[in-house]
Amino acid sequence: MQKIILAKTGNEAMALAMKQINPDVVAAYPITPATEIVQIFSQYVADGEVKTEFVAVESEHSAMSACIGSCAAGARTMTGTSSQGLALMYEMIYIAAGLRLPIVMADVNRALAAPINIHCDHSDTMGCRDAGWIHIFSENAQEAYDSMIQAMRIAEHKDVRLPVMVTTDGFIISHGMERIDTLSDADVQSFIGKYDPMMHLLDIKKPFTVGAINLTDYYFEHRRAMVDAQNNALKVIKEVGAEFGKKFDTNYGLIEKYQLDDAEVAIVALGSTCGTAKVVIDKLRKQGVKAGLLKIRVFRPFPAEEIARALENIKTVAVLDRSDSIGSFGGPVFTEVRSALYGSAKKPQIAGVVYGLGGREIDMEQIEGLFMDLKAGKIKADSVSYLGVRD
Amino acid sequence: MANLKELAARGDKFTGGHRACAGCGATVVARQALLAAGDKPVVTTCATGCLEVVSTIFPYTAWDVPFIHSAFENSAATISGVEAAYKSLKRQGTVKEDIRFMAFGGDGGTYDIGLQALSGAMERGHNMLYICYDNQAYMNTGIQRSSATPKGSATTTSPNGKKIPGKVQFRKNLTEIIAAHGIPYVAQSVVGNWSDFTKKVEKALAKGGPAFIAVLQPCRLGWGYPPELTAELGRLAVETNFWPLYEVEDGKYKLNSTPKERKPISEWLFLQERFRHLKRPENQAIIDEIQKDIDLRWENLGKKCSL
Ligand SMILES: Cc1ncc(C[n+]2csc(CCOP(=O)(O)OP(=O)(O)O)c2C)c(N)n1
Ligand code: SF4
Repeated sequence: MQKIILAKTGNEAMALAMKQINPDVVAAYPITPATEIVQIFSQYVADGEVKTEFVAVESEHSAMSACIGSCAAGARTMTGTSSQGLALMYEMIYIAAGLRLPIVMADVNRALAAPINIHCDHSDTMGCRDAGWIHIFSENAQEAYDSMIQAMRIAEHKDVRLPVMVTTDGFIISHGMERIDTLSDADVQSFIGKYDPMMHLLDIKKPFTVGAINLTDYYFEHRRAMVDAQNNALKVIKEVGAEFGKKFDTNYGLIEKYQLDDAEVAIVALGSTCGTAKVVIDKLRKQGVKAGLLKIRVFRPFPAEEIARALENIKTVAVLDRSDSIGSFGGPVFTEVRSALYGSAKKPQIAGVVYGLGGREIDMEQIEGLFMDLKAGKIKADSVSYLGVRD
Repeated sequence: MANLKELAARGDKFTGGHRACAGCGATVVARQALLAAGDKPVVTTCATGCLEVVSTIFPYTAWDVPFIHSAFENSAATISGVEAAYKSLKRQGTVKEDIRFMAFGGDGGTYDIGLQALSGAMERGHNMLYICYDNQAYMNTGIQRSSATPKGSATTTSPNGKKIPGKVQFRKNLTEIIAAHGIPYVAQSVVGNWSDFTKKVEKALAKGGPAFIAVLQPCRLGWGYPPELTAELGRLAVETNFWPLYEVEDGKYKLNSTPKERKPISEWLFLQERFRHLKRPENQAIIDEIQKDIDLRWENLGKKCSL
């Protein structure tokens, strides 16, 4: 194994991962800030660097529909989108998961209209959180690249067989240039292996029906089977992450604990904000403040037990949500983390903080302020506040 | 082209035991299309609608060929993906057979909500035959108007009321819209003329590239007639020029049958419950308008065919 160091934006990193996975089919439609992924990939196709059949569809709805057809036909299938594109796919997102199709999607997180906005928040991805897809968030371009490669293995695992979306934060990661360690094509290929679907539509000697109508007598069982698959994924994601670590030196789990074990105050976050938080924590630790971070890498399946265990000894915790669940009590991450903690004998004081909607900046001072407020008891437990908004 | 005996000897790939209404024309379309494909391997898809719902009630299926249903408006996009997978895997040598791809959609799933996906698939040139079984309304959700519903027809969302006597607008001419895509093969056929339909399916499959056939499909429930009249109503639609049988091959128009003596449209209308209110004298004007529209469309088609 030899790593090749390159300077890449998040979009370039994801496109490179796609190229090295070398899927049989990609069907996609452009949308900012994900457009580049398919543009770069189209060039690979045009230059004959991949074996992929690229379908430049007329909409995201058709992109996901074509992915469904292609994956059911036994082809390794990928796509990429963001925001309104993901929203237009919404109907088909559920169908891809319900038909148990291991499609891998690069999703660049972007706010949802209205008002129209092209910058990062997690509203798009969170809108699909109940669809049955596996959701992996990336802290930076490196993770996006590594996770794309792992995603293929996770999706196709026989105990899982569910689609996976790997997300990056729009512009922050998608357009920011970073140094990343990349693998050789051969290493990627040997890691993902050959795809061997159980059944597929092109096996004309064994005709079968995909997507039959299920009435009251079968629907519930088929949906329940998806729950089992998500539960199985908890283990599979860790196994694949560990194998990746063994081969390529970087381990991946469901969550990541940063200075958490002895922390008094902690925040929980997803995506690029975790990188900023780590820098702030390093600074605070030098000043003697016991600050820590719980990064949730995998939001679906939701690693409730691991999260509860990781937080049980902390005094006060703020859960950062880069999307709101309007009309509910707090953002989706807060409500789920809080719910995961409910049964623990030891549990922290916990508050929800919604921040960064529509790309609103979150800087080191704000995160530092948050830690100080937590420490000073200025953030009330079981409350939801909005950080960085003009009231 | 296969004769009736040969077709019958092929054995059904769309089998009995489905749950369609007695006399349903949609299942005839599926059965004859697959018979026409013969030994050529086909992979099929269907939009949500009557045909899909009656034929795939889990754990049963009437499809003895590989079949996928994903949603209502996207059978053209779904089969685009299947066909893309085929191209890719064939190129890589993992799939050996020559396979053709067939999509079915009702008029709602084709003329309306699915038009974008269909247009996209035709424009991209996928190797597929799209067959629209046009029963002129959303039958599966209980007979609502579609843009294929003819003027004057009573549906549950264009009912005959005290002020409005059924659907106000004329139907959309989808066949011409698809023909405007300049694809290799476009045709109109009808339930009730098996030889016309199976010939067109064979031709479309043999041609390669995107192909489209709109089949007028009498629906005994939505149109309101005794089940034994399905084929008759199809043929009468042709004899009144309401539904001309024609094809557009590589841009060249061809009429496939010219009625010896054009029957008045009222003959077709009055056999159906959905037009019952048109029998009232005050609605005669609507019948006249319908007749005028048919004559105009026929004349225009005639011009294209003699080019
Ligand atoms: C997005 C979406 N909208 C609406 C429906 C409800 N729906 C299912 S089938 C159908 C009508 C089907 O009509 P058509 O395509 O004409 O086929 P038919 O039932 O006549 O066979 C509708 C409206 C749906 N399944 N999906
Ligand atoms: S309602 Fe019409 S189209 Fe639907 S199954 Fe009955 S006859 Fe066929």
